Parts: sequence; C-alpha cells; structure tokens
Amino acid sequence: MNTWANIKAITKRELGAYFSSPLAYVFIIIFLLLCGFFTFMVGGFFEIGQASLARPFFDWHPWFYLFLVPAVGMRLWAEERRVGTLELLLTMPITPWQAIVGKFLASWLFLALALVLTFPIVITVNYLGNPDNGVIFAAYVGSWLMAGAYLAVSCITSAMTRTQVVSFIVSVVICLFLILAGFPPVVRLFSGTVAPWLVDLITSFSVITHFEGFQKGILDSRDVVFFLSIIVFSLFTTSVILRGHRAG
Amino acid sequence: MIKVQNLVKVFGPKRAVDDISFSVERGEVLGFLGPNGAGKSTTMRMITGFIPPNSGSVTVGGFDMVENPIPAKRLIGYLPENAPAYADMTVYGFLNFSAEIRGLRGDARRTAVHRAVEMCFLESVLHQSVDTLSKGYRHRTCFAQSIIHDPDVLVLDEPTDGLDPNQKHEVRGLIRRMGEKKAIIFSTHILEEVDAVCSRAIIIDRGRIVANGTPAELRQKSEWAGAVTLRVNGINAATLNQKLSPLPTVKRTMILKEDATSVTARVFPKSNVNGTLAQSISDATQGWRIEELHTEEGRLDEVFRSITMSDTAKVEETK
Repeated sequence: MNTWANIKAITKRELGAYFSSPLAYVFIIIFLLLCGFFTFMVGGFFEIGQASLARPFFDWHPWFYLFLVPAVGMRLWAEERRVGTLELLLTMPITPWQAIVGKFLASWLFLALALVLTFPIVITVNYLGNPDNGVIFAAYVGSWLMAGAYLAVSCITSAMTRTQVVSFIVSVVICLFLILAGFPPVVRLFSGTVAPWLVDLITSFSVITHFEGFQKGILDSRDVVFFLSIIVFSLFTTSVILRGHRAG
Repeated sequence: MIKVQNLVKVFGPKRAVDDISFSVERGEVLGFLGPNGAGKSTTMRMITGFIPPNSGSVTVGGFDMVENPIPAKRLIGYLPENAPAYADMTVYGFLNFSAEIRGLRGDARRTAVHRAVEMCFLESVLHQSVDTLSKGYRHRTCFAQSIIHDPDVLVLDEPTDGLDPNQKHEVRGLIRRMGEKKAIIFSTHILEEVDAVCSRAIIIDRGRIVANGTPAELRQKSEWAGAVTLRVNGINAATLNQKLSPLPTVKRTMILKEDATSVTARVFPKSNVNGTLAQSISDATQGWRIEELHTEEGRLDEVFRSITMSDTAKVEETK
C-alpha cells in the first residue's frame, strides 16, 4: 500500500517534470512527424496496397526508439546527480527501488502516450481497408514493451554519469547492439561465418527478433518475457550502480 | 534521539570520518564546526542515510539507519549542502511533493505545506518555478521541505549559507525556536552562529572530534580566556613589563601597541589564578594612569583556529 503510494508520488512528479519542460512536446512532435513521414513516404503505405501496418509503420519503431528513447531516459538519474536532488530523494522515507520504479514508470507512461497519439494512422488504415485490429493492437503492445526495454537500458546509462550527453550516447550504442544483433543484413553476414547455434544465440538477444512476433499479431510469452527480463535486469543494474555511488 | 557510534567513512586512501561518536537529545541544538573538508557533510550524509558508513552505527529515534532505514528516515528532516531542489517544479509543487512522499495526504498535506510556507516566508514566490528563484529563496524552499512533516530530528548542512544578514537572523531564530522541541544538528563556518543558536558544539577536524562542549566551555579552552588587557598612559613598555612580569599570578605579558603617550598590553594568567589576575594587576599598578582594564572571555574563533591549526602542524611534522 505504502509502496504504491510512494511510487505514485514519484511517478507523478516525474511526469510533471516532463511536461513542464519543452522536452515532452518536442519529443512527441518529432516522434509523430517521423511516424507519419516514414509510414507514408518511405514505407510505401499506399504503394503496398495492403490493409496492414506491420511493414510500413511498426518496422521503423526499433529505429525511431534508438534515438528517441535514450533522449527521454537520459535525464532520469544524471540530472538528479548533477543538481544534487538525489541526496534529497534518497534520504526521504522511500526505498531506492521505489524511486527507480517510479521514475521508470513515469517515462514509460510518457512513451505510451506518444505511442497512443499515433492513432490517426490506425484510423487511416481502417478507413481505407479492413485490417486485423487484433494484430495492430498486439504490435502496439510489442512496440511499447520494446520501448520499455530501451528505456531501462537508458536508466542504467543515466545512473552511470552526471552528464546527460554521455548517457545518451552510451545508451544509443547499447540499443544499437540490441537492434543489429537481429537486423537481417547483419545476421546474413554472421550466418556465413559462424556456427548456426551461435547465430541463434546472437539473434536471440535482438529486439527485432522478438518484436517480429508481435508484428504478426502473436503474443508469445517468450517474447514478453524477453522484454520484461531486459527491463527487470536493467533496473536491477541501475539500483546496483546507485548503491555503488553512495557507498563511494 | 540521534546516536552516532564509532562512525567511519573511507574514501579511497582518505579517512573522511574517523571514529566519531556523539549523541543529541530532544531539546538540544548541536553545532557542527570544522574547516572545509573536515568531514561535516559526510557525517551528516551518514546520519541521514544517504551514504552507508564503512563501520560504526547511526540510530535515530531507536531505529538503526542501516538495518531499518525507512522508519529512521521518517523522523528526519534534512537540508543538504547547497540546498538542492527540483528546478523544473514550482515552490508549491515541490513542497507538495515532499509532503506527499512523507505520507501526508489531503487536509494534513495542505496544512503542512501552508505551515512550512509561512515559517519560511515563501508566500511571494509560491507559484514561481524553483530555477527562477534567488539563492536565498531557493535555500528557504529546501529548508521548508525539511520541516514540512514537523520532524523530531533536523539535520541542517549549512542552513545559513548564502543568506543575507536579515535572513540569517531569521533562520537562526527559527532553529533556536524549533530546538526547544526537536533534536537538531547543524553545521556552520560562522562562529557567532554557535553562540546565537547552539546548546552544544562539536569541532571536528580531519574526520575526528577535537572538541565537544557548550559554547562557554569551548571558549574556556582559549588561551585568551582569563587574560587581561590593559592600556596605561604615560609609561613605556619596558616599565610595564618590569612591573608586571614578576607578579605571582602572571605567566607572561605581551605588548600589543606602544606609542608616544600610552602602551597597550595583554597579560596572561598562570593556570591556577582563577580570575584574580585583574585584581592583582590593579593592586600592583597603583598610581598609574590606567585607561582600560578588562578580562577577556576567550573567543571561539581563536579556539577554533588553535585547535584545528595545531593539529595540522602536528601532522605536517610527523610526515
């Protein structure tokens, strides 16, 4: 009970912080512009002639998130450390876990909002044809889980440094690895040179591999577990890093 | 309320806090003095549970800060050094958040915020965002945060730093008033503050406690304590020395100033004279034209300097 009240208080404050700075609005506008541009201009939504969003819309998400999610997550801890409010936060009667989860939830909800605001695309495809809305919904869930995984990685890098820019760059690099491990051209490159089991191992670390199922409308528990375990593991690592700073 | 036992904190090769023990009871205001880098902030951070000690323990209201941090933290209000506050929030939003995280809800929260705002004179900036505040206001905002839940224990790291003289006066008054019902620790560089506010003071240097007592007791440690300053017209320094040095109560005399018409000297007592120095001097100097004669009380800044500097010198020697 108390735990949730504390997490809620922190989540509320964090969300307020997003919307009191221009960051939230800039982020949402850029995200929506990118979605629109890539879906209709680059993704060839009209040319394909299918009532589906998998290829023209969701295919781009891992790449959008690569830059946008670290931008959302970079300030989470770096800013607290730089300004010194971390000392306030961690001397309040809450556990570090409550703070970590509260902050993560706030950013994740913010990303959910950005994702929800892409609804005109769903309306468009429904207006033009008869898509399977179950598949679209599953893909949205997958996309949100994937965003959460990126975000949790950004939490780690944000806790590692006082400088937001460093946090941003490091988390982009890590997330890039998570994409490339399953990016078809890279996989083809590997499969010619190393053993098949190794290829499988590498691709199993990729968000693309696990996102694919959702795009097809399959809510596979293994994929859900994959994203959730990245989130849990990353938040745990964040707590270890924060404890390390305090222990000096 | 606060009990600190054998606290040690090591940063790399440096023992920032080296075996510190003390306790503070309700109704006490403990002044924490020491040069920069002496370990004041580190000690306070361990008391408030921000950093864990390498060894030793802190208990607040009977709760161990490492074993049982949440109930211990609930009792504490903390003003960290430099008074950090969330820059993107308004003063009201920030205080509201602090109250919420302290478990205050509904009416209790509104009352608490209102009270803190009133005590810290924040009405005029209530809906201003924290990053637009002047340093004094930001400081008071963070101070308001620390008292919002009316805690039993207050830990204040340089609460008057960066305030103008009026605000300093105000904050000292506030600390003194709250000190009647709470246990308060506050650190400062300003020695007059110790006299104005503290019921007890601790001087720490290089992570160790080098003095612990009431301000009056500390002042007694001054070698000036009990010394007599006198100014005499119409004699010279040599005459004065000749007359006073042989007295059984006098340890030594020091000429502070000599000019054509008068001489000013400070006379230090032997350790066993107990305030009879002034009497014996005035007996011995019958017929002189004494313009001024008074006994020094001892001065905190001098005690502070002699304690913390002599220590430095010792360390230098042993190297």
